[in-house]
Amino acid sequence: MDLTIKPEYRQFREEVRAFLEANLTPDLREAGRLATSVFHDVERSMAWQKILHKKGWAAPHWPQAYGGTGWDVVQRAIFAEECLMANAPAGIPMGLHMCGPCIIGCGTQEQKDYYLPRILSGEDFWCQGYSEPGAGSDLASLQCSAESDGDDYIINGTKIWTTYAHYANKIFCLVRTNKNCKPQEGITFLLIDMNTPGITVEPIIGLDMIREQNTVFFDNVRVPKANRIGAENAGWTVAKYLLMFERGGQEYAPALHYALNRVKEIAEQEAGSFGGKLSEDAAFMRRVHEVEIEITALEFTENRIKAALGSGQSPGALASMTKILGTEISQKVTELAIEAVGVYGLPLQVDAIQPGANLPFVGPEYALTAMPRYLNTRATTIYGGSNEVQRGIIAKMVLGL
Amino acid sequence: MNFDLSEEQQMLVDSIGKFLKNDYPFETRRKLANSELGFSAQNWKTFAELGWLSVPFSADNGGFGGTSVDMMLMHEQFGTALVTEPVIPTLILGGRLIELLGNNVQKETLLSAVIQGELQLALAYNERIARNNPAIVGCTARREGDSYVLNGEKIAVLNGHAANQILVTARLSGDVSSANGISVFVVDANAAGLQRKPYQTVDGLRAADLQLNNVKVPAANLLGTEGAAFDAVETVLDEATLALCAEAVGAMEVLYKTTVDYSKTRKQFGMPIGKFQVLQFRMVDMFMAHEQCKSMIYMAALRSLEGRAAARKAVSAVKVQIGKAGRKIGQEAVQLHGGMGMTDELNVGYYFKRLTAIDALFGNVDFHLARYGLVA
Repeated sequence: MDLTIKPEYRQFREEVRAFLEANLTPDLREAGRLATSVFHDVERSMAWQKILHKKGWAAPHWPQAYGGTGWDVVQRAIFAEECLMANAPAGIPMGLHMCGPCIIGCGTQEQKDYYLPRILSGEDFWCQGYSEPGAGSDLASLQCSAESDGDDYIINGTKIWTTYAHYANKIFCLVRTNKNCKPQEGITFLLIDMNTPGITVEPIIGLDMIREQNTVFFDNVRVPKANRIGAENAGWTVAKYLLMFERGGQEYAPALHYALNRVKEIAEQEAGSFGGKLSEDAAFMRRVHEVEIEITALEFTENRIKAALGSGQSPGALASMTKILGTEISQKVTELAIEAVGVYGLPLQVDAIQPGANLPFVGPEYALTAMPRYLNTRATTIYGGSNEVQRGIIAKMVLGL
Repeated sequence: MNFDLSEEQQMLVDSIGKFLKNDYPFETRRKLANSELGFSAQNWKTFAELGWLSVPFSADNGGFGGTSVDMMLMHEQFGTALVTEPVIPTLILGGRLIELLGNNVQKETLLSAVIQGELQLALAYNERIARNNPAIVGCTARREGDSYVLNGEKIAVLNGHAANQILVTARLSGDVSSANGISVFVVDANAAGLQRKPYQTVDGLRAADLQLNNVKVPAANLLGTEGAAFDAVETVLDEATLALCAEAVGAMEVLYKTTVDYSKTRKQFGMPIGKFQVLQFRMVDMFMAHEQCKSMIYMAALRSLEGRAAARKAVSAVKVQIGKAGRKIGQEAVQLHGGMGMTDELNVGYYFKRLTAIDALFGNVDFHLARYGLVA
């Protein structure tokens, strides 16, 4: 048992750092710095993806045969950490992290050859059509229907919470192809062009007053059967492949440490209410330290998972645990941030946080993102399988209840 | 970075696990806790024969040369069975302090006796005015010829009832809260002027309060240089705190698993209570709290290898996490066991009470949060 870092990893970190130093322009870093959601500014994220793609680093977690880097789990974590510290815009996940892996796992050779390079290059911009107004946590109850018509399906229904659908030219959907069976057994995975007639996209404005999500309506939309991934009615299995692909791969602790350190910096700048600085307010700092200790525990839980992955073990339902802990702690961190900025969390100035806006704003710059982040982060315990769903998974899979 | 056990570590864990399984069932533990001594002298001999009492000492002093990681693994095992044998007081608080401060004669005589299982030790550092802070020492020492004369009182001295020699912190100089001027003296348990008030603690262990009225201690029993003992005392308290936290993690594991098992058999409203989502979620939170604590003892054991500054911060962090999680897991275990959780009949209450006691020892959550803030 030891914490020593192999020299080759140090060297790798240096290599990543040098690349970021040379390629991340101030514009790109601004997008990372001002981001208030896991979904960063589209234009700059995609510009950054092109740079990464040129280097061969757009999809580190993909198998090398499809354009991955061949990095192990530790190298991938180092890369993610360095990108975070350098304020690189985060990759938009729907193509690289969601649709891509499904195509890799379950697509035909033809589909892989066509779609995967377009995901890597950013030529296709994907959005995800899973949730419906009546199918949230109970995703298998989804109703959006695909009726067979010769070589095509005819799609009718509604998808909701579709992040960045207004930027996307493609959507991957779970649709119902059989109503007379167990809900999971009548679902099919389809790739759909957003320009197909019959698709309309309507905005959903979030608590942060930002348009991130949409409702997507399908009215007799004709989709070739050739766009199906996997067999008809096997969509649930295709969707689950994604869970296997990245299980335990996501780390929360580095970003949480980073964000909490920003809170500490704010506390150095802000005045305490009864003299001194906020960073000298014992009650506030006690809460900062409590959260820091929780993050440290999560950091080592994630280290244990990485070590298990590295030696070929499966972390299993521990991925559910890190999702629960990571998101719940992130809510505590963003809550501390709005408390640190105090009344400067109140001015509504969404336009000023758009990268490149260069608009005048009220209050100190570090206060600009605090409230939008706090509001947006409430979503983290809801999406990606709500934390209640994740607790259900642990109860069943780990505790055998 | 890896979390695999070495072959030697695996052997240590396995041998303790085997002993506990064969020789330490809960009913045995219950009897031991209520016996005159509070633990088994026979077990102590066995610990010595199996080499466990040599683990934290360097090879130069006849020890196994173990690290904070070995001690952490050992105590996690002990925690699963709520072992009452005074490993922390004798090995860490006593033995390690002698190893850090003692001269060759002191180390040779005292440490070899500890390793052979022939000597019980205790550390008397805490006082009513100190509230667990080892720098606050009201107990005084003054030189008189070939002796030191000690006066004052000490509280909650773990293993104070059984120790043959008690290591006492006393002030030779400085303010009552100054880290400078503190010395450690090896005081014979039967010394004239030393009054011991032993008592059983709520977790089935033993401690004692001490009164020192002009206790004469030979000058040869001073450990280290006059007035310069604080760093070593703080070091062994951190080592003891980490061991205690590891013990807590072992106890938490048994407690949450016992609760999950119970919820699968206890039926109400026509079904096992473990089928109720509201209870499932609470047990998931117990499971996660234990996993986070396990990560923390690994963190603290490994960071402790990096030196004192890292150890200080890491140990306070782990004590905070364990204190909170111990409360949560202990209280939830009692609640989910319902009325049975309130009885002396089940082992649940014993684990609950041990976790409650662990938070109070060596500084509770508030103490270590404040200390973390000072070193962070």
